[in-house]
Amino acid sequence: MNYLNNTDLSTVKVLNKSEFPSKSKAKDKVINSVEELIKGLDLKDNAVVSFHHHLRNGDSVLNTIMKEIQSKGIKGITLVASSLFPVHAEIIPLLKDGTIENIVTSYISGDLAKAISYGELKGKIIMQTHGGRARSILDEDIVIDVAFIASPSSDKFGNISGVNGHNSCGTLGYAIADSIKAKTVISVTDALVEYPNYPADITEDYVDQVLVIDSIGRKEGIVSGTTRVTKDPIGLKIAKDTLKVMEATGLLKDGLSFQSGAGGISLAVTDYLRDYMIENNIKGSFASGGITGYLTGMLEEGLFSSLFDVQCFDLEAIESLKRNPNHIRMSGSQYGNPRVSSVVDNLDIVILGATEIDVDFNVNVTSGADGVLMGGSGGHADTAAGSKVSIIVSKLFSSRIPLIKDRVDVITTPGTTVDVLVTERGICVNPLRTDLIESFKKANLNIIDIKDLKEYAENIMGKAKPIEKTGRIIGLSEYRDGSIIDYIYEVKK
Amino acid sequence: MNYRTLLFIPGNNPGMLQSSDILGADGVIIDLEDAVALPEKDAARILVREYLSTFKSKTAKFIRINPLDSPYFYDDLEAIKDLNITGIVLPKAGVESMSKLEEYMNENNLDLDVIPLVETAIGLETALDIVLISDRIIGLFLGAEDLTLDLGAKRTKESKEIEYARSRIIAASKAKGIQAFDTPFTDTDDIEGLKIDTKNAKDLGMTGKTVISPRHVEEINKMFSPTVAEIDYALRVVEGVKAANEKGLGAFSLEGKMIDAPIIKRALNLLRMSGDYKEEYDELLK
Repeated sequence: MNYLNNTDLSTVKVLNKSEFPSKSKAKDKVINSVEELIKGLDLKDNAVVSFHHHLRNGDSVLNTIMKEIQSKGIKGITLVASSLFPVHAEIIPLLKDGTIENIVTSYISGDLAKAISYGELKGKIIMQTHGGRARSILDEDIVIDVAFIASPSSDKFGNISGVNGHNSCGTLGYAIADSIKAKTVISVTDALVEYPNYPADITEDYVDQVLVIDSIGRKEGIVSGTTRVTKDPIGLKIAKDTLKVMEATGLLKDGLSFQSGAGGISLAVTDYLRDYMIENNIKGSFASGGITGYLTGMLEEGLFSSLFDVQCFDLEAIESLKRNPNHIRMSGSQYGNPRVSSVVDNLDIVILGATEIDVDFNVNVTSGADGVLMGGSGGHADTAAGSKVSIIVSKLFSSRIPLIKDRVDVITTPGTTVDVLVTERGICVNPLRTDLIESFKKANLNIIDIKDLKEYAENIMGKAKPIEKTGRIIGLSEYRDGSIIDYIYEVKK
Repeated sequence: MNYRTLLFIPGNNPGMLQSSDILGADGVIIDLEDAVALPEKDAARILVREYLSTFKSKTAKFIRINPLDSPYFYDDLEAIKDLNITGIVLPKAGVESMSKLEEYMNENNLDLDVIPLVETAIGLETALDIVLISDRIIGLFLGAEDLTLDLGAKRTKESKEIEYARSRIIAASKAKGIQAFDTPFTDTDDIEGLKIDTKNAKDLGMTGKTVISPRHVEEINKMFSPTVAEIDYALRVVEGVKAANEKGLGAFSLEGKMIDAPIIKRALNLLRMSGDYKEEYDELLK
């Protein structure tokens, strides 16, 4: 488009008739061999490759591709995976032989996480948030050489749909940034369908090649049949008290926007909220995040006007996404990218879990009581930051270990964005939220100082022993805007 | 204290014991009997003692001991006699077992409440005799599962087979001026069924219900709590009585209905349950 600056258009070269273009042809993108694909990509040492986690613990794409990369002798790979699950323990040998040097992810669990905590990764692990991941890719903080996109269905030109195919997983929100920014985008599918494959989460114009393999994963690991509310009486008590907290915020009214997870207590909160909304004739605006059958049911009942879905948690959510136009796909960036307008900034209330919380309301969902990696932010820090009120729901003890610490092992979500903690033994409010303290007192809620609740728990269970670390920093907890909020240390075996 | 709900907590379950006071029940019954398998009886006693001496809470705590015809009756009593509890639930209650318990409590000078659990045909037919044995008895508790077994009746959700038993327990309780506790509803997932069952029991005259699932507590509490309309009506009755007394009238009518002593008593009982009772009401029926 340099012609626009050209003052004399007569100097612009015009094609000769012999140079006129011929008719364009559809590109042949299909390849049937992993080996051929990797060979053709000509990956170099220290390349950056990415994967999404919508197939969760049923995924076999990441293992298949990474093993092929290993067999080509490529070293020093930076693995950018939106999440890593126990099924990915198969790549532990690739840490040891140097195939994988660094890992960037938003969640990691299972033996791979243990291996990293025990120091088996030669480089670093960077723990991001979902929104932060999208930001870092779109802002090119991370430059992806090849994005391998596990595709429940794809046509031969690379229109990828998460709702079609026998391994359907629903929306592919976490793969969108990769598909836009990666230098090369590969659709990896076991269901090559007729053109055009719609509704497409990622369209053909972003996809360079389509790899067809026998299987992208195991259905039973991808989604649960139906997610269920907890029957645990303590969990239900916490959920009931959470509803009282929500009511006391004054936000339970027409236009409500809400997010909760798929854990037992969070689902129970959603269930109680449903009853409350029906009883009080409340019409909400939207619910967001990972979507479950509970939320699709509320959409159909007219309790929310729309759902923003970045990840389907169960089969009911996938079915709803297929047929309900008010069930809307969203990308990781639209969900929580702090550099742009995102859904989390319009959230009224978010319900979140915690492995640990400290007296400054910092939350850890990254490591367990033994200091070993076993989770990650996902959307935790994004939604806590964006919502008007972030509520942590958790039991005060887990396997006889108290929830509240003087300092959490790894800060996943800074306490400055965490507003309320609801446990079975009382409700704690961040002192920064004097407005909430005031409202909760008026509502006669049982508010306890978090330090007093910590002391109560320790009087019964005692203090947890300090975690034994080697002192070596193996990674960083990266906040959504790219700043670093904590170190991750190697744990002694 | 009027108990709307008494929630069973297995005496061998540390997790449940630890949380028993936050589940919303007016009282808990820590169970050393059916919930605890024979090889675990000693361990459960130790656990319950540890729990009660470690955790402090305001929730009323009863302990269901093992029955007189088991080898554990006196062992249980010895293990709990110095604990800070509200009372004892006596299973398979009969005249003999209640008498033995009363004897033990007198010998040991125990200031504890007692709730006899009536779950045998002989217990049912002697319910009034049982409650007359001791002033420690604060309520009778109908155990329908074992009772229907003893009667050879089929236990159903509709509970027609226990209507007589319910009424008999209620009559014996009311005769002594104590509470009548209904049998637990055993289908933990069927909240609608629970509501029907509780309503049936309440309509017959039960004043509270025992509970085996914490998920049932809130619903039962709600059903045994007076409604705003009921409280309003009771207060209007009281005002009517005051006015009638001032005028020297024995009976009066309210909203077209004759108000006599039973209705006034019912209104006063309801106000006691709702917490709206005032001392001055003591004079109303004199």
